Amino acid sequence: MWSEFFTVSSLVVVLASTIRLATPFLFASLGETLGQRSGVLNLGIEGVMLIGAFSSYYAASKTGSPWMGVLAALVTGCVMGLLYAFVTLVLHAEQGISGIGVFLLGLGLTDVLFQRWVGTPIPIDGLDPWNIPFLADIPTVGEIFFQHNPLVYLSVLLVVVATVVINRTTFGLNIRAVGEAPDAADTLGISVNRTRLFTILIGNCMAGLAGAALVLPFGTFQQNLTSGRGFIAVALVYFGAWRPIGAFAGSLLFGFVLAVVNQFGALGIVSGATSSLTAMAPAILTIVVLAIVSRRIGQPAALSKPFDRNG
Amino acid sequence: MTTKLNARHRLIPLVSMGIPLLSVIGALGIGSLLLAAFGANPFVGYREMFLGGFGDIDAIADTLVKSIPLLLVGVGICLAFRTGVVNIGGEGQILAGAILSTLAALAIPNTPRVFLVPILLIVGGLGGAIWGAIPGALKAYVGVNEILSTIMMNIVAGHLLSFLLEGLIIEPGEIRIQQTKRLTENSDIPLLPGGTRLHFGIIVAVFVAVVAYVVLKRTTLGMRLRAVGHNQDAARYAGMSVQNNIVLALALSGACAGVAGALLVFGSESHRLIGEGGAAAFTQSAGFNGIVAALFGGLNPLLTIPASFLFGGMLIGGIEMQRAVQVPSALIIALNGIVVIFVVSSFRLKRKLEQAMTSSDRDRA
Repeated sequence: MWSEFFTVSSLVVVLASTIRLATPFLFASLGETLGQRSGVLNLGIEGVMLIGAFSSYYAASKTGSPWMGVLAALVTGCVMGLLYAFVTLVLHAEQGISGIGVFLLGLGLTDVLFQRWVGTPIPIDGLDPWNIPFLADIPTVGEIFFQHNPLVYLSVLLVVVATVVINRTTFGLNIRAVGEAPDAADTLGISVNRTRLFTILIGNCMAGLAGAALVLPFGTFQQNLTSGRGFIAVALVYFGAWRPIGAFAGSLLFGFVLAVVNQFGALGIVSGATSSLTAMAPAILTIVVLAIVSRRIGQPAALSKPFDRNG
Repeated sequence: MTTKLNARHRLIPLVSMGIPLLSVIGALGIGSLLLAAFGANPFVGYREMFLGGFGDIDAIADTLVKSIPLLLVGVGICLAFRTGVVNIGGEGQILAGAILSTLAALAIPNTPRVFLVPILLIVGGLGGAIWGAIPGALKAYVGVNEILSTIMMNIVAGHLLSFLLEGLIIEPGEIRIQQTKRLTENSDIPLLPGGTRLHFGIIVAVFVAVVAYVVLKRTTLGMRLRAVGHNQDAARYAGMSVQNNIVLALALSGACAGVAGALLVFGSESHRLIGEGGAAAFTQSAGFNGIVAALFGGLNPLLTIPASFLFGGMLIGGIEMQRAVQVPSALIIALNGIVVIFVVSSFRLKRKLEQAMTSSDRDRA
């Protein structure tokens, strides 16, 4: 059985699905990176991913168009972003615990809506893969990298965009300023809360998109579909040392682990009880990763601290 | 003058309790909009929910049974949060307690009941304590964010449960359901008199809550925990080990959840550890709902007792509501999420109100 795993065709499947499975992590952790760089911890993205995934599934199944699903995920993500911005920026709620509230809200709400509006899950058409001209025809390499659905390419593109925005634009400078020294930024006339409002909205939209990227290839929604992926995405921000490229590397790592676990199952290398053990891998890896990176690089100084001009 | 002053001070607990109550009322308000959106009559839905949770003696007994794990987890949450540690690992700690105590019951089935039941509760607590101490140590000594690590420990425990129930401790026989055999009768938690399903576990849970309250309020240990939660630097300066107290807080917090796990196994009607339907079906999501109860109780173990009863009733009543108006009882989870958001959002308002009241007293005096 092991010999079947180490064949070219099997390894191509693993690497191609690594990239596909990394996509939800990447969307979510890129958004969370932006938010945390501005000083906002959002643990609720697990719940937002669930809401994004459900709305994506629902819109796609009603309209027949997966693109409507993507749009729906963006819209619901944005709505959740407004809610979270109100709770954290206006009401100054404790960010760690309110995120758990958003998670429970997403978990319960999507379960209710799914049972009530859908009932029996009917698979939807996912996004068709876009084969990149010429590149997709390269043997092996083409199959691994250039025959994915458009969201996969979009997520990688956003790594570049996020890096440029954070490091090379005024908006990025503002993000870093309000994340490191909100009082100083405020003195300089940068609106701390407006900057954070934008990063929260972007972050939640991307969490919604992460939900869409999860459900559209999967084909159907189910209760607790994300099963901790949103929380792992938060951990990836630490892993990536608050840089988009780091989040990319972390997403690929977790995509790879999931892909290997899937392939083990598909080839019958693990089954029954042992598959429960391999299913632990992402969670254990998350803890290990957090332990390794924990004290190496400092987090944004004002992370999870609400800004109040009057102290 | 003095009477006015006293009257003002008497308002402060009203504010402290009033805001969580308003949060629940607000959440139920949003819930009624959802019910209406589903074409269900909110009044009928909530009436059925209330009657289902509190309507007669059997309903109240079921609500009390449901509130046992909520209360135990909630008390653990009070201990952790007061120490400044966020424990989201209740689910995993319940499972760890349930698994370890089940293994113990399988190992020593012939121990007399008077000894076995306490032993199993302690072993359950130990299992939860271990599952809490791991993220505690990782936070204290390595600096790992405990929110994320406790969530990951939940996932690991869930897979551990199905690993064990797919092979090692599955009920022998042809039908392969993820459950153990009926555990020894010596491990049964005794029922309380009255002919309901209410068992001795409720007394254990209330006892743990009272002990936790006394420990937090009246002992050096509790003072240390609160000091670490209040200001780590000051606690360190006063010669306390911040690190040890963080580990201890998460271990104690986990122990409470672990006892809940043991009670969920040996107090259940099936007297088995069941993993069929997923880990959340076994824990009844008490690891999360206990957080809601603790926050609602203002992180006070004694106030968590009525809070757990209230949320237990909502969960039991939710099933009746589902039957009456065909809206899935998962709605209660969503409402719990809204309660958390409301309660956490109102902390600042509450602080400001309390400040305003005390400072206006000073102005007058």
